[in-house]
Amino acid sequence: MLARIQLSDEEIERLTGQLDVIVDNIAKVSQVATPDVPATSHPIPLQNVYRPDVVGETLTLAQALQNAPDAADGRFRVTAILGEEQ
Amino acid sequence: MSGTDLTRLTAADLAGQLASGEVSSVEATQAHLDRIAAVDADIHAFLHVSDHALEVAADIDRRRAAGEELGPVAGVPLAIKDVLVTTDMPSTSGSRILEGYMSPFDATVVARARAAGLVPLGKTNMDEFAMGSSTEHSAYGPTHNPWDLDRIPGGSGGGSAAAVASFEAPLALGSDTGGSIRQPAHVTGTVGLKPTYGGVSRYGAIALASSLDQVGPVTRTVLDAGLLHDVIGGHDPRDSTSLTDAWPSFAEAARDGARGDVLRGLRVGVIKELPDSGFQAGVSASFRAALAAMEAQGAEIVEISAPHFEFGVAAYYLILPAEASSNLAKFDSVRFGLRVTPAGTPTVESVMAATRDAGFGDEVKRRIILGTYALSAGYYDAYYGSAQKVRTLIQRDFDAAFAQVDVIATPSAPTTAFRLGEKIDDPMQMYLNDVTTIPANLAGVPGISIPSGLAEEDGLPVGIQFLAPARHDAQLYRVGAALEALLVDSWGGPLLDRAPVRGGVA
Repeated sequence: MLARIQLSDEEIERLTGQLDVIVDNIAKVSQVATPDVPATSHPIPLQNVYRPDVVGETLTLAQALQNAPDAADGRFRVTAILGEEQ
Repeated sequence: MSGTDLTRLTAADLAGQLASGEVSSVEATQAHLDRIAAVDADIHAFLHVSDHALEVAADIDRRRAAGEELGPVAGVPLAIKDVLVTTDMPSTSGSRILEGYMSPFDATVVARARAAGLVPLGKTNMDEFAMGSSTEHSAYGPTHNPWDLDRIPGGSGGGSAAAVASFEAPLALGSDTGGSIRQPAHVTGTVGLKPTYGGVSRYGAIALASSLDQVGPVTRTVLDAGLLHDVIGGHDPRDSTSLTDAWPSFAEAARDGARGDVLRGLRVGVIKELPDSGFQAGVSASFRAALAAMEAQGAEIVEISAPHFEFGVAAYYLILPAEASSNLAKFDSVRFGLRVTPAGTPTVESVMAATRDAGFGDEVKRRIILGTYALSAGYYDAYYGSAQKVRTLIQRDFDAAFAQVDVIATPSAPTTAFRLGEKIDDPMQMYLNDVTTIPANLAGVPGISIPSGLAEEDGLPVGIQFLAPARHDAQLYRVGAALEALLVDSWGGPLLDRAPVRGGVA
């Protein structure tokens, strides 16, 4: 699932009903979204926002790792990437 | 000390007394910490109270005594919404997944507040990741409305609004993605302003929906909001959506507005498509009375049409989940936050899914699922694409309206504070709460909510919202301060004087 959330059966049942109601309500956007209307992604259009190409203040290694659930040798440590069957 | 309760002062008055040496920042800060200790068990506005507030205050006092030139609000205490990251206090955004998170940097608005000599008191409660209108979606329990503890303080920034309404802080920072500053102001009898999109830096604001989020002031008076806005506003190279405009002083605009001349000849638009029948009777009655008060001072009330506002909620609840599902993908159990490892032979992917199930509340799950669905191949054009077109139509409605009027006025929300638990199982009803506030976020225009009175039927606060064209925030301070002066005068004192006194004798 794209959301990457492991839901229980009970949660799936509850959320499905609620999401059906919400989707029915929000589908009305298509009533007025005719092909001649351009899309707006950003309320105040800005283009080409650059910063000077100089080294800024960045986090130290210790700062970057200070909130990690697990770290080793100056790196984030994660669980195995592949399962047994893979 | 003369027995005045320092917590009842406005930030402007307190700043004056600090500057004249009448009171010290340590005294003011201690008074607010005492107030928090006395009432916050009932209100639950704070998720964390700072251990360093008195040290910071003492440092301000020392610098003032040494003759250093300090800013206009130096030494005044400040509450900070937990969506803003801070180096000296945990930042959770109301979520279990970030419990105990200590940021290695300060949000720009927090850094600016510290530089201005404001004294951070603590972090305020909020709906998880700012998703909600009641703070009931906080992983750490709801905040209670100081007017009636069984009722919601609004959301997502219910903690900041309740903190200023219950005199735990004179100033607070909020964030507003669909009304999270203005709707809490409405239900607590306080003032909240959402700046023009890009007017205030979001660097260090834990992102909800990046094309909608704005940080802004939460206070008891319009002038106090202007003072805080002056501290936090302006360009920040660390936020690439930050505008490079030179902004006027908003405190000055509020002082100018309080003189009242701005109302003469002011054209105030009232939206035909938001008829009184859509609001609780006491809310529309308070709104109409406020308009009449402005009219009596020479304002002209003009009916305008905004035919696409009715599609705003639908568009918002597509755009927000779409952006949120992407922003919240960073909570992957790798770099920060909770990690839950399921039994058996876990992989990084099963750990991620188990972590997000355990760490996110229902509302966050709903919106992430909705967002991934709206963005998925096959549905993108019908949902997300259409919602972006509605956004264009709403912007055009605003453009047409502002060709006819100087500001738009609406009631800030459809009802007064509802009861805790009343809408928690009906997300769609909760969403419809935001009908008046959402269009401003979709179009990027600024909006303010100020108290307009109490609803006759339940005696609870009501707010009036003003909207202005993008970049015209100063106009909202002028108009808001003008109406505030009229109303406070007619009431014989601030609306909050009529709220129940909490925490025993002050």
